[in-house]
Amino acid sequence: MKILVCLSKVPDTTTKISFTDNNTKFNAQGVTWILNPTDEWYALVRALEIVEQQGGSVTVIHVGNAEGDQLIRKALAIGANDAVRIDVEPQDAFQAAANIAQYAAQQSYDLIMTGKETINYNGAIVGGIIAEILELPYVSLASSLDVNGSTATMKCEIEGGEETVEASLPLVVSANKGMAEQRIPNMRGIMTARTKPLSVIPAFANTQTQVEVVKFEAPPTRGNVHLVDPDNMDELVRLLHDEAKVI
Amino acid sequence: MVIFYIEHENGSLKKNCYETAAYAAALAQQTQSQSVGICLGSVSAESLAALGEYGTNKVLQDTNARFDTEVDAGVLAKAVAAQAQQLNAQYVIIPHSYLGRALAPRVSVRLKAALVPAVVEMPDTEGKFLVKRGVFSGKGFAYCTAHTTVKVLTVAANAFPAIKTGTSVAEVQNFTAETTDTRVKRISVEKLSNKVSLTEADIVVSAGRGLKGPENWGMIEELADVLGAATACSRPVADTHWRPHHEHVGQTGVTVSPNLYIAIGISGAIQHLAGVNSSKVIVVINKDPEAPFFKAADYGVVGDAFEVVPKLITALKAYKAS
Ligand SMILES: Cc1cc2nc3c(=O)[nH]c(=O)nc-3n(C[C@H](O)[C@H](O)[C@H](O)COP(=O)(O)OP(=O)(O)OC[C@H]3O[C@@H](n4cnc5c(N)ncnc54)[C@H](O)[C@@H]3O)c2cc1C
Ligand SMILES: Nc1ncnc2c1ncn2[C@@H]1O[C@H](COP(=O)(O)O)[C@@H](O)[C@H]1O
Repeated sequence: MKILVCLSKVPDTTTKISFTDNNTKFNAQGVTWILNPTDEWYALVRALEIVEQQGGSVTVIHVGNAEGDQLIRKALAIGANDAVRIDVEPQDAFQAAANIAQYAAQQSYDLIMTGKETINYNGAIVGGIIAEILELPYVSLASSLDVNGSTATMKCEIEGGEETVEASLPLVVSANKGMAEQRIPNMRGIMTARTKPLSVIPAFANTQTQVEVVKFEAPPTRGNVHLVDPDNMDELVRLLHDEAKVI
Repeated sequence: MVIFYIEHENGSLKKNCYETAAYAAALAQQTQSQSVGICLGSVSAESLAALGEYGTNKVLQDTNARFDTEVDAGVLAKAVAAQAQQLNAQYVIIPHSYLGRALAPRVSVRLKAALVPAVVEMPDTEGKFLVKRGVFSGKGFAYCTAHTTVKVLTVAANAFPAIKTGTSVAEVQNFTAETTDTRVKRISVEKLSNKVSLTEADIVVSAGRGLKGPENWGMIEELADVLGAATACSRPVADTHWRPHHEHVGQTGVTVSPNLYIAIGISGAIQHLAGVNSSKVIVVINKDPEAPFFKAADYGVVGDAFEVVPKLITALKAYKAS
């Protein structure tokens, strides 16, 4: 079983988001970068579990500049076997996905896994783009994944419920909560991560950006909270009906 | 031409379908074009014709029942992209639903079109194409331009109201889509009985660790029932299995943007707020007046949830009865 796990780099979840240069750029000053939570917690850990049970290897891939190397080392410390970094800071999801797809096309992975979505660009589209470029089946937002021979079974969230689906390998899957439990790297992992292979390769051709952010905007701020007496819930109901008009 | 994808289930159009239809119609009007819905599978011609009320000009339908249970977005994408090419569509509008998130990227690759996911407003099509979408899990918005002639947009849930613009009837025409082998098969579906879907709900009732334990969720369910709301929870509540994973909202869970979000016994950590602060109105019930959530709320009740929630249920029942 050869598994490729896609890892993106995102601002720490506690980051206060602000913009600079007349709101045209994300203010990265003082920002701590982390592995995107769903990539690290679910996609990577489930990939490791599958390989631990069935043999094989887990390669992690990141499209981005050298700032990502320390995050890649963390993934190696958690247990991935080797890593690839495609040395270009992607400007949109297509650029990241097209690079990963072209790299994967030269290898033969049974599974390509992504997280649910990045917490900075929230597209949830990189996995689908990779799948279409490689003409592979794609299952998005899987909350469980079991592989039996050349068949994978997944539970997926849908509106108001869940469905169980089956697909044959090779396959692209995006991982949602429930698929695995977060793993914390241990000392031995951190030590061995230093000597695991991390190859840095240049960007592929035909991976130009298609979507460009022209300007950012902060979300509107809410006015002061209107406090309602806890003994007067009729008043809250009245406000929600008459003033807010939401019930 | 603006085309949009019609999502349906058991013969009925989904809620997102009306939002998508209204979005496509507004875009068609803005660009002096037509809006055409693509329906793959069995839906009655009457319900499709009724999309005319939302501004749809025409619906192209392939009634082949195999599409009704098709979960391989690759098969659907092929059919949608082929229609987009045939109709020379400039815009393809898809809901940012569970299915849409698998379908849209595949359609965009087939059409070599830029994909802007989860848009929240109509684009500016006058000068340079510009469209607004949420980024940083609700902590910001980005205005995006797209460098391709054809553009695929997915529309965020609850962002664009499904407004009826008239009483027109959409013309429904049949076509036969090219089909390919299904590589993702549905084995079973488990619907959460009588539950409102969290991502599409108009009202969400959410509770956190302040509730002390899973045995106390009865009043949360009851409040949700009275309001016709979906239930949700904070991350630690899902992590400790008090509630199922799919109810976890926030930066690392589900993002919601209902008209009304009621947060009970939730402190309002930055990661929680990120996933819920695009809700239109937020009510916070918390016994700690210093809880950070009050700073992000429209209405607040400082009090013990175990006293306040039953009173709120009584007040709502009285209001509903009157
Ligand atoms: C990487 C990362 C990602 C995260 N992602 C998410 C996410 O997506 N979603 C999320 O929710 N969290 C997320 N978190 C966790 C987040 O930081 C908070 O820990 C969490 O939201 C707190 O949950 P809570 O408000 O239910 O619990 P607490 O913080 O324990 O708050 C409980 C609240 O209940 C109140 N309370 C207690 N008793 C009562 C009573 N009887 N009546 C009324 N009020 C009462 C208390 O005053 C308190 O404000 C994330 C954390 C990290 C590190
Ligand atoms: N720059 C990147 N490098 C590697 N993987 C990425 C990158 N960007 C996104 N991904 C993967 O694609 C998933 C979905 O990203 P997005 O479509 O941007 O929400 C993420 O959870 C990652 O697994």
